[in-house]
Amino acid sequence: MKSPIIHLTGVHKYYGDYHALRGIDLDIAEGEFFSLLGPSGCGKTTLLRTIAGFEDVSDGTLLLDGKDMEGVAPNRRPTNMVFQSYAIFPHLSVAQNVGFGLRRSSMSKEAKARAVGEALEMVGLGGYGNRAAHALSGGQRQRVALARALILKPRVLLLDEPLSALDKKLREQMQNELRRLQRQVGITFILVTHDQEEALIMSDRIAVMFEGEIAQLADPQTLYRRPATRRVAEFIGMMTFLPATVRGQEVEVAGLGRAEVEAEQCPGGLSDGDAHAGIRPELLSILFPGEETTRRVAEGVVEELTYYGDMTYYDVRLEGCERPVTISMKNMPGRPVLERGAPARVAWDARSLVIFG
Amino acid sequence: MKGRGLYVYALAYLIFLYAPIVLLPIFAFNDSTVIAFPLSGFTTQWFAEIPETPALIDSVQTSLVIAATTAILSTGLGICAARAGAKYDFPGKRPVLGFIMLPLVLPEIIVAVSLLVVLLGLGLSLSSWTVILGHTLICTPFCIAILNSAFGNLDPSLEEASFDLGETRFTTFRLVTLPLVMPGIISSLLIAFTISLDEFIIAFFLTGTEPTLPVYLWGQLRFPQKIPVVMALGTILVASSVLILAVAEYFRCRGIARTGGKDTGGFL
Repeated sequence: MKSPIIHLTGVHKYYGDYHALRGIDLDIAEGEFFSLLGPSGCGKTTLLRTIAGFEDVSDGTLLLDGKDMEGVAPNRRPTNMVFQSYAIFPHLSVAQNVGFGLRRSSMSKEAKARAVGEALEMVGLGGYGNRAAHALSGGQRQRVALARALILKPRVLLLDEPLSALDKKLREQMQNELRRLQRQVGITFILVTHDQEEALIMSDRIAVMFEGEIAQLADPQTLYRRPATRRVAEFIGMMTFLPATVRGQEVEVAGLGRAEVEAEQCPGGLSDGDAHAGIRPELLSILFPGEETTRRVAEGVVEELTYYGDMTYYDVRLEGCERPVTISMKNMPGRPVLERGAPARVAWDARSLVIFG
Repeated sequence: MKGRGLYVYALAYLIFLYAPIVLLPIFAFNDSTVIAFPLSGFTTQWFAEIPETPALIDSVQTSLVIAATTAILSTGLGICAARAGAKYDFPGKRPVLGFIMLPLVLPEIIVAVSLLVVLLGLGLSLSSWTVILGHTLICTPFCIAILNSAFGNLDPSLEEASFDLGETRFTTFRLVTLPLVMPGIISSLLIAFTISLDEFIIAFFLTGTEPTLPVYLWGQLRFPQKIPVVMALGTILVASSVLILAVAEYFRCRGIARTGGKDTGGFL
């Protein structure tokens, strides 16, 4: 890892009796696309605002570029922020908005105008400078907010749920553009989001937060494949949990059967007794008539199905198990969509499981 | 037809409400000292007499000074209250803001009498300043109501964005907050000015040796030959009141359009 641009040790934040941040230790590297992911009220926005300087640290230290930020106001920090509401100044033009941060710089008028033009060009709004800011669409406001924050060339760009107000299509497009922009400018981006898919798509690393604490800090693949706790597993993607019993290295999973598991499949360690086996929907598959497998097979019945066009999600009730397990299947030519009540043979193996104590 | 009765009622209501005011300009231009139909002829004599009445001019001046001072004071207080209400949470916020708005529904005669008792009890002599005090009391709730919508529509992250982009708290107020609430401030100044200008009860009780315009007019009603002049002046007052209110409302609406907020009420 490159040298950390942000270094937090034991950061706590209290609002009266409310303990919003409970001992955050975090290093964020220079040039990283980092996401703070969690449900509302988990403290992710508070943490972002603490880095920006809008909230002070109750306890612990926050180093930005090696300097202690205690008592340093937002206007003196090398960070800039894109607000959830975008906070575009409605009484100014697009160019005046983007150039707002340059007011105090010693650049000549021409240099400022050029910088504003370049910034607008960068976010795909070239030629929009003279428009009135309040007449822009949601996606355009988003871009103006980005250009306005990036024009000051901050060391860290902070993004507070920047895409949550956009519709699905536009959001997906902006996700790609943000990623591209981040690679282009090479600045550290810190994104706050409650959308796990968005975090997985965009980030180099993700910190999953619950109740003011970081539950897991990992890259997207590790987070998805090896969630540290059941709560993280439930929050990231889809996962079915089946009751299981552990004896030594062997796990007996309801509806599936016995299997030997590796230590890395058990993030909390393996101890004898009751446990839960977590299964991602794509790691099981239904055997359609005529298909054979070298994997192990369990019998069940389709209880419910959801058709998505490219995929079909089946809830299959396995023999000897009360809870249905969710299985996703790609829809392909020659592969029928099963009906409710149809018998289903489910292929699985030991590597499909993550065991939580 | 359904709703026909209601339509007639609404029309009758509006006539009842505004017919007396329409009579004002009619008799202001009528060539007779007697206020009665039929009209005898057109004249602008009554308007010409206005500047030739020094006591009248004095009272207009007194009223203008009182109205302007009241507008500035109550808008200043209103800005503080609206900003505090919009931006900060403090214990007892709701009751405090509620009590500030109370003079809005208090009978003015009660306010006037109690203020008179208190001021005399304190040993203060009545003057234009005591009128200003009373007017500020009743105008401030109106100012707060207008400024609340101006400050309430202001997204707090706008100030944070400016702060984040390198401005100080003071320059942020000047560059972002003030321009965005300015329409509200102007509209608040104008409304307070209008209310103070034609307020009678408090002015009547608290005025010293210099009567305000409404108090002076009331005194003139005892002399029938003066009534047409009063009508002429009344016409000017009505016209300017409507003008000022219209301008105030224009600024309030423009402020809302500027910040992109929704219209949540107003006076016109």
